[in-house]
Amino acid sequence: MDTPQIDVAYIAKLAKLDLTAEETERFSADLNRILGYVAQLGEWDTTGVEPMYHPLPVFDAVRTDTAEQSLSNEAALANAPAEEDGQFRVPKVVESAH
Amino acid sequence: MLYGSISHWRKQLTAGQITPTELVQELARITDAKNPGINAYISYNTDAALAAAAKADLSQPLGGIPIAVKDNICMQGEPTRCASKMLHNFVSPYDATAVTKLKAAGAIPFGRANMDEFAMGSAGQNSAYGHTENPAAPGHVPGGSSSGSAAAVAGGMAIAALGSDTGGSIRQPASHCGIVGMKPTYGRISRYGLVAFASSLDQIGPLTQNVEDAALLLNALCGHDAKDSTSSTHATEDFTAKLGQSIAGVRIGLPKEYLSSGNSPQVTAAINLAVQKLTELGAEIVEVSLPHSEAVVAAYYIIACAEASSNLSRFDGIRYGYRAENTNGLDDLYSRSRAEGFGAEVKRRIILGTYVLSSGFYDAYYAKAQKVRALVAQDFANAFDKVDFILGPVAPTAAPLLHDTNMSPLQVYLADIYTIPANLAGLPGISIPTPQEGALPIGIQLLGKHFAEADLLRVASALENALS
Repeated sequence: MDTPQIDVAYIAKLAKLDLTAEETERFSADLNRILGYVAQLGEWDTTGVEPMYHPLPVFDAVRTDTAEQSLSNEAALANAPAEEDGQFRVPKVVESAH
Repeated sequence: MLYGSISHWRKQLTAGQITPTELVQELARITDAKNPGINAYISYNTDAALAAAAKADLSQPLGGIPIAVKDNICMQGEPTRCASKMLHNFVSPYDATAVTKLKAAGAIPFGRANMDEFAMGSAGQNSAYGHTENPAAPGHVPGGSSSGSAAAVAGGMAIAALGSDTGGSIRQPASHCGIVGMKPTYGRISRYGLVAFASSLDQIGPLTQNVEDAALLLNALCGHDAKDSTSSTHATEDFTAKLGQSIAGVRIGLPKEYLSSGNSPQVTAAINLAVQKLTELGAEIVEVSLPHSEAVVAAYYIIACAEASSNLSRFDGIRYGYRAENTNGLDDLYSRSRAEGFGAEVKRRIILGTYVLSSGFYDAYYAKAQKVRALVAQDFANAFDKVDFILGPVAPTAAPLLHDTNMSPLQVYLADIYTIPANLAGLPGISIPTPQEGALPIGIQLLGKHFAEADLLRVASALENALS
């Protein structure tokens, strides 16, 4: 496996993390070293091996479909950084047309 | 002091020699005195614990016993901060199932044990609320990420504690602090109310002063939970039932890959001592091979970071958690809230996880890591055809010095090599201390087959007795 240099600024944008220039530089060095190490996985032969996404087989685990008590509106909003009229308050999402 | 096992204090309580209220008062007095120095708890609520103590039902198996709870396991009405600035103002709206079950067994949840932020770290040094000291090895790290849980038990500030283990976060701090730590089989204990780090690896478990206490806590904690679709429907049992039984004839595998020259002489000596004691007890030591051991750290960090990047996307500054001020639009609110709320190691792992899941790299990293994980699990299945248990180190060395900044993140990750496999394969594992007169604590690890906790505890208990 090739070890491409990670573009931390781009990945941080995908991850919604507003990094400082210093962080971007530091993480680039750290992550390129880590990616250089994990490149060794390419050396293991996994031909015909099924990926193991879960340690134990669990299939279609669903609880019985009965109504249960959920959090009250008040409890659900209790940890919100900003709320108004029983709802989460967020910045304007739709830009106005000019 | 709170040294003394759960059974010790249960006998005192049921004989009327101490009341639950007096026990909590004693715990609070010790914690008030020692926590400023050790920083095992981020917060604790003595009044709530005293209120619970006044109503404690001593007829229950853990009646009147206070238990410390890691700060990533929800306790209704108490902060659950995951040692992060991101959750500084977060108060749990409900109890984690593990906490509900502790209460149902009569225990009194006490304190929010310090940890590495979002369970990312192995030294107890990545906490927004200050690092945790190791009471059993002053000047050295307590290990992590369940640093506060281990330090509270080792420092006499808890009788026992709950932690979580994603790649060794219970077993490794237990080893560094000279106590017992157990990660049960994946799915044994509900993860409902455990703040998710890597959902296919995370498991709650006990940190205790002895093996019997670990069994007692498993009795209270295990069982299927409809609120966690990954919790197992496997039958639970009395995990104390086999304690004290002979281990003659038990086959214990010693993986040749675990006897690396990278282990410190102290760790090698601890393994040799365990082998000697187990042999004296009639166990048969068999050399086995886990050929993919060199690949586990690489596979683990890809999988764990990928799952973390997805799980931690919920912290958006909208519904709960930290929100940056004076932001310019929704995207800026997300990006700045997350940048200001998360610490460096959390950001590093989110970026690694986002990268390995991103278009063009998914197959090379994430899918490849999950295939290697299957090979690691197959190694264990092959070994368990020949042996009943596997013996090995917990960590290559004793606890490193505090404030050692010479280690790169990669070097720190590599020290998880012996604990990660149990998480990748979903196996139960336990760390038990070895005698170290005047030297740093060293634990040794026993791994068992899926759902073989009762037998694993039997062997661990026999070894514990032989070592003491």
